[in-house]
Amino acid sequence: MEHAHAIVPTVVHTVSYLRFIVLFPLLGVLFNIFLGQRLGRKAVNYVAPGVVLLSFLFSFVAFLRLPQDGALVDTVWPWITSGSFHVDFALRVDPLSAMMSLVVTGVGFLIHVYSTGYMAHDEDVARYFAYLNLFTAAMLLLVLGENLLILFVGWEGVGLCSYLLIGFWYTDDEKASAGKKAFIVNRIGDAGFLLGLFLLFWSLGAKGVWTLSFSEIQAHASALSVETVTAICLLLFVGATGKSAQIPLYVWLPDAMAGPTPVSALIHAATMVTAGVYMIARLHFLYSMSTTALAVVAIVGAATALFAATIAVVQTDIKKVLAYSTVSQLGYMFLGLGVGAYTASVFHLMTHAFFKALLFLGAGSVIHGMSDEQDIRKMGGLKNKMPTTYGTFLVACLAIAGFPGLSGFFSKDLILEEAFVSEHGSWLLWLVGTVGAGMTAFYMFRLLFVTFWGETRASPEVAHHIHESPVSMTCPLVVLAVLSLVGGYFTLLHFLSPIFGEPHEPHVPFLIRYDTTLASLIGIGLAYQMYVRDPDMAERFGRQFSGLHQLLANKYYVDELYDAVIVRPVVAASNWLWQVWDTLVIDGTVNGAAQTMDASGLLLRLWQTGNVQNYALSFLIGAVAILGYYLW
Amino acid sequence: MVSAIVFTPLFAALILLFLPKDDEEGARRLAFGASLLTFVISLGLLAKFDSGTADFQFVERLTWIEDFRIQYHVGVDGISLFLVLLTTFLMPLVLLASWGDVHKRVKEYLFFFLLLETGMVGTFVALDLFLFYVFWEVMLIPMYFLIGVWGGPRRIYAALKFLIYTMVGSLLMLVAILYLAYQHNAQHQNVTFDLLQLYNLTLSLTEQKWLFAAFALSFAIKVPLFPFHTWLPDAHVEAPTGGSVILAGVLLKMGTYGFLRFAIPLFPEAAHAAVPIIMALAVIGIVYGALVAMVQPDLKKLVAYSSVSHLGFVVLGLFAFNVQGIEGAVYQMLNHGLSTGALFLLVGMIYERRHTRLISEYGGLWKQVPLYASIFLVVMLSSIGLPGLNGFVGEFLILLGTFKANPWAGALAVSGVVLGAVYMLWMYQRVIFGPIKNEENAKLVDLSPREVAIFVPLLALMLFMGLYPQPLLTRMEKSVEATLKRVNVLRQASPEQSRRAQYERFPNRPPLDSPVILSSSKDDTELKH
Repeated sequence: MEHAHAIVPTVVHTVSYLRFIVLFPLLGVLFNIFLGQRLGRKAVNYVAPGVVLLSFLFSFVAFLRLPQDGALVDTVWPWITSGSFHVDFALRVDPLSAMMSLVVTGVGFLIHVYSTGYMAHDEDVARYFAYLNLFTAAMLLLVLGENLLILFVGWEGVGLCSYLLIGFWYTDDEKASAGKKAFIVNRIGDAGFLLGLFLLFWSLGAKGVWTLSFSEIQAHASALSVETVTAICLLLFVGATGKSAQIPLYVWLPDAMAGPTPVSALIHAATMVTAGVYMIARLHFLYSMSTTALAVVAIVGAATALFAATIAVVQTDIKKVLAYSTVSQLGYMFLGLGVGAYTASVFHLMTHAFFKALLFLGAGSVIHGMSDEQDIRKMGGLKNKMPTTYGTFLVACLAIAGFPGLSGFFSKDLILEEAFVSEHGSWLLWLVGTVGAGMTAFYMFRLLFVTFWGETRASPEVAHHIHESPVSMTCPLVVLAVLSLVGGYFTLLHFLSPIFGEPHEPHVPFLIRYDTTLASLIGIGLAYQMYVRDPDMAERFGRQFSGLHQLLANKYYVDELYDAVIVRPVVAASNWLWQVWDTLVIDGTVNGAAQTMDASGLLLRLWQTGNVQNYALSFLIGAVAILGYYLW
Repeated sequence: MVSAIVFTPLFAALILLFLPKDDEEGARRLAFGASLLTFVISLGLLAKFDSGTADFQFVERLTWIEDFRIQYHVGVDGISLFLVLLTTFLMPLVLLASWGDVHKRVKEYLFFFLLLETGMVGTFVALDLFLFYVFWEVMLIPMYFLIGVWGGPRRIYAALKFLIYTMVGSLLMLVAILYLAYQHNAQHQNVTFDLLQLYNLTLSLTEQKWLFAAFALSFAIKVPLFPFHTWLPDAHVEAPTGGSVILAGVLLKMGTYGFLRFAIPLFPEAAHAAVPIIMALAVIGIVYGALVAMVQPDLKKLVAYSSVSHLGFVVLGLFAFNVQGIEGAVYQMLNHGLSTGALFLLVGMIYERRHTRLISEYGGLWKQVPLYASIFLVVMLSSIGLPGLNGFVGEFLILLGTFKANPWAGALAVSGVVLGAVYMLWMYQRVIFGPIKNEENAKLVDLSPREVAIFVPLLALMLFMGLYPQPLLTRMEKSVEATLKRVNVLRQASPEQSRRAQYERFPNRPPLDSPVILSSSKDDTELKH
């Protein structure tokens, strides 16, 4: 579907209730910090999901009141004014942000409910929900921000919560390190984001438009030169690669699985990691101006989609498989953005939020039932012991694999078609995407078969304790499973048209029309063959191609590479700067100057010892010297 | 009102001398009360400040030394207002903290602190260069003793280094000040040290460059700008907690304030000429300070080097020569005072308990002292510039302004934002997270109510300044604009430039009348009859 010229929602309706969408979770944060410990678990379990539900209801009200071709704006207070720079603390609801805030609060609410069950044995539950509420507030700020700076506030805020939640079990050094890694890698991206923001602000300023407000930027973007727009878009995209885990900054996301599993579901699958996709969709009018920027986004997206999928194929930690799968699916969203298929990409964002949240929550349920075991080689046969978890997990697997009729099928299919037919697309992008889709189906069903089918491989005491999770956990699973089933029919195409323009039905060649279906069937079939019919086959393959297997199992050694090329040299250089440059050179010079003073003082003192013999001696030397000079 | 703020601490210090020698508690209460009173008086400045003008307000002017026309001339504008408030705000907190960390020669300690406050406030409000110089030097003495007497094992070395470094710079500045007074006599037939009159001196570019260099060296040492920073880590490590807080919180700002109030507006053309050098040093300082901070094994040294990095941002903003850069820089001075002051307090409090500052001695503190850890978290986030807290507003405006002035400097400085997160988060992780490895840490006691009381106002201000910076920015605006006009008008107004060039070619001609009076205060015009 080709997009006609985008329509700018110019009609701005000023309202003052959007602030409550963000305010409720913030109140939850305060409650959890100051009263949570005192009032106990029960109060926390009601309040923390409750405030998110309130947010959801307010988002829904905003959604219902959304005017045709318009936007609701709530200016809360003027934030920063400095010279010609002015930014309001303002929120905006239009079709895109309405959809995002519904996803964030809807899925967020389910995950809060799930967490009350999952964290039932954790003594620090108030702190957990304080972070989770804070995350919700920050994420809402990100999607509702009326200008680029408020978006950035949310952007950094979700990064902080991600850091805190990954390292939630802080006594484990490894988990704390994973949190730190996530924050720092994200900050690298943020540096690019900030530079893009500066360039955008001053470039528009040079045209007499001093603003960071989205609608103003859109209205005046055409005044900018293509080169400038390309630079802005690429810098902002650096930020997106950080937050949305794309090559080369994806490395933090797999480690982020150290956090509690509901956190992985909410932050590292359904919402936060889609921030980069949202940002580009939000600024699609800028990206559309630059073919170069779009091409970079598409190529990085497609490369990431395939790259991460290959790693996912051999991982044995249930959460790691899902993590790489998330990286890969985000790659599809960027591929969609890069070929100009904004609606398809945002559509995939939404369906992915449903089925990936479901997958993670299902994995959490498995881990919960397996006494915290995460290695799928020690699972197996869970099908009968955890029927609800299995059933919902199966739905999610079919959805992500692109099985016809389920949500993932529609959105992924749209992206791949556009990759082929769009003026920004190419057959190569399509091919990479389609191969990746086949691999997605393969590794997801590998995961499903190994975990749920066959005989149990757990130790007897663990096997004895395997149980289905409590209702607070299975309920959200069922809701999300329904959404994963039918989510494909909320096509969004028309709903988002005020933002991205009316879509056309693309003319797709016959074969391409069935690419997703074929890829998913082949992938599922292959997984069935390798892990059900002939379980030794995978083993044999692994041995036969042990080099390749090692490479994939070790994630292409990218972490090791970064460590050797960046981390170690920087630390070594810093040590050198400190111990050699600072201590020896600068301080050495300073102390040297002092010593020279001291020494010259000593020397000069010889001239004035008050000792007559010394004076006589110097006379003598002087006389001899003068005589010598004349006689020479 | 300004004089009351300057001299209340001095007055209290003198009373302190008459207290019985062993009445430590009484002495502490008196000093704390006096600093609190000073703060309350300074709030009056805030209440009555008129943000609609760039003129100096609350001006007081007395003749001090008739023969040399040296005056007691003080006043505040939108720039010094907040620095005065920062000083008077931090002072009671530091004295409150002294209950925990100072146990020897308490009376003398408090005496020097109060004396220091007089010196600091005086430096910020002085509008007569001679008076400024006196306050500037007055400040040194108590700090020297605070480090030298109440400091750590290498306190004598550190105190001397601090003193000599600063003295070297300030002597050159004194020469430059005398030259300015002399020039004023040559051009206008009267000696004056009055800053507002000296603003209107006509100086050749060469003269400006020499004078700028003399002032700039003095201020660069104080900031400290790379590579004049090596006194700072030593001074911080050896200084008692209160000394570190004031040193980082207020004293370093004397340098950046000096640039903004004296070096830049007195010698605008030289300042422009110096932009490449100073920006380069500032950027090096940002990256260098952050990298070296990252590998420090000692908590206090880490915070000290982080100051080098943060103050690099401030200098960068000042020399961006645009509203965003300078407002951001002034804002960042305040931010740094709050967040780094708080960091030193936190380090001091844990030092009181464990008598070590080595990061490797800690770990797993959250479990044992959750309150301490949570406060530490917020302070750290403020320091690394998380949006919503104060640090972000300053850093953002500085980078925005710098990017406009020089995109490459802006881009390099942004890397400092990344590195800032690296050293802070890594330190925090090693101190607060992980399992408790050291048995000693399992005995730690969480913060007392007195200690929490110290942080409550700090955290509240961090949040307020992050969410609602406008009340501060609005009050700065006119003064920043006036300074900028003084700097930039000479550059842009071409007729003026040509006049100047002419003057340089024929230096023997009678001096031109004052070039452009950019922000003459009411008093200034009065004086000219």
